Amino acid sequence: MTYALEISDLRKTYRGGFEALKGLNLTVKEGDFYALLGPNGAGKSTTIGIISSLVNKSAGSVKVFGYDLDSQINEVKQHIGLVPQEFNFNQFETLMQIVVNQAGYYGVSRTLAKERAEKYLKQLGLWDKRNERARNLSGGMKRRLMIARALLHEPKLLILDEPTAGVDIELRRSMWDFLTRINKEGVTIILTTHYLEEAEMLCRNIGIIDKGQIIENTTMKALLNKLNVETFVLDLEQNEQRPHVSSATMRIVDDHTIEVDVAKSAGLNSVFAELSAQNIKVLSMRNKANRLEELFVNLVEQGREAKESV
Amino acid sequence: MRNPIYFTALKTIWIKECTRFLRIWVQTLVPPAITMTLYFIIFGSLIGSRIGEMGGVSYMEFIVPGLIMMSVITNAYSNVASSFFSAKFQRNLEEMLVAPVSNITIILGYIGGGVARALLVAVIVTLVSGFFVPLNIQSYGMIVITVLLTATLFALGGLLNAMFAKSFDDISIIPTFILTPLTYLGGVFYSISLLPQFWQNVSQFNPIIYMVNGFRYGFIGVSDIQPMTAIAVLLIFNAVFFTLAWYLLKRGTGTRT
Repeated sequence: MTYALEISDLRKTYRGGFEALKGLNLTVKEGDFYALLGPNGAGKSTTIGIISSLVNKSAGSVKVFGYDLDSQINEVKQHIGLVPQEFNFNQFETLMQIVVNQAGYYGVSRTLAKERAEKYLKQLGLWDKRNERARNLSGGMKRRLMIARALLHEPKLLILDEPTAGVDIELRRSMWDFLTRINKEGVTIILTTHYLEEAEMLCRNIGIIDKGQIIENTTMKALLNKLNVETFVLDLEQNEQRPHVSSATMRIVDDHTIEVDVAKSAGLNSVFAELSAQNIKVLSMRNKANRLEELFVNLVEQGREAKESV
Repeated sequence: MRNPIYFTALKTIWIKECTRFLRIWVQTLVPPAITMTLYFIIFGSLIGSRIGEMGGVSYMEFIVPGLIMMSVITNAYSNVASSFFSAKFQRNLEEMLVAPVSNITIILGYIGGGVARALLVAVIVTLVSGFFVPLNIQSYGMIVITVLLTATLFALGGLLNAMFAKSFDDISIIPTFILTPLTYLGGVFYSISLLPQFWQNVSQFNPIIYMVNGFRYGFIGVSDIQPMTAIAVLLIFNAVFFTLAWYLLKRGTGTRT
């Protein structure tokens, strides 16, 4: 099997003694759409910094498509496209200058770079702004500009560090569509995000990092299966009768809304059957909380408790 | 495959750098023209006419090469210092650091930008000087070699300054407190033979003496320093500065975490 990324025993100790990574191990398969989650300060950005050679590692090894970061750094760099968390382009340059120059650093000729710039700026809805200075763009446009810039040398691995932070929901969804499309075209994607819904919708595999170590590395499906109880919100038709559910834990929110905690093994049929028997009509239903969010909080807390007890 | 990548990257950095100083031409190209015109009027025409000859030529002819060299030094230095530090400050230097651009390519690209601006300013100042004094040239070779080596050296100096700088103040400290005094005491306005022996000896430690005199030799054929000595000193300083810049960039001083 080809791995887009293989990290083993990665360590980083900053000057001053802060140990950001404590022997991190991680593998991402070629073609994957991988989510790297973790609380603030967990080590996500340090890991990405080391992979993209902006941060010098203290120990361990990193391989990108089999190329070793220590001995084949140019090959590693050639395969990676990086979308950093913060805007890091020259605000006084035009969009076209930014993307064409970036391609030039990877050895792409200006003629080819201009062709690709047209392709990606059009796909990301920025073509009309190509001659604008970057500082005049909105926040969402700046985020998309960084994605276009990262793709100009057509990397096989795209790393996005919180690409949708501060982006409105409509734009976020169009970015999700774009990322899904390029993933289907063969680009491996690693994504860090604080929007867990984003990770759940986009990613097939997930790694959770906390205090410089991976505490979970599995498929999204397997992770979500770990959730035993889910909370559903049911909107009911106005009814004078007070609803009663015995097959699950129920809370009445208001006159026509209830919440039920349902064990995965139990299912929802019995809840619906009980409500039907009371002539209460269910108008709609939704998950109360983001499932992944619950899991994420549980895993991080469990990890910390385990460490404290050790 | 590697060399073409490096060449394309080098060309890209150079174009980016030239585009930058041309885009802000009011800040980069106009001020030296105005400043040097004032020097020519005040020191050359008004005061110079009372000084008489220096180094066997009129005072105006004597200071023209020095003033051109002063513009070259200032512009090569400030171009790279401000451009590289801005790239560090805005973090767009990361665009280069994540790409397979070698450290030597980055250094050469920034030097290329600094030298281009220095040469353009040198041409502008030379054209302005043409209004005050006819241009005599004794050695084209000496002029080209000294101006290129000096521009390269100060572009490297600006790069080193920017690597260590942590704020915009840090890139103005060295020009103000080191570069300007050395330039003014570097024989731009006087021949060091006018100084008492002790200060003549002290002046030998000022590298700018070698640049100004080597360059002046190319114009008027007169110099306080042997031309070959001037070239040798420039080559040594360039080699030291280049090696230092390469080492620091490789180590990531001021650029990587």
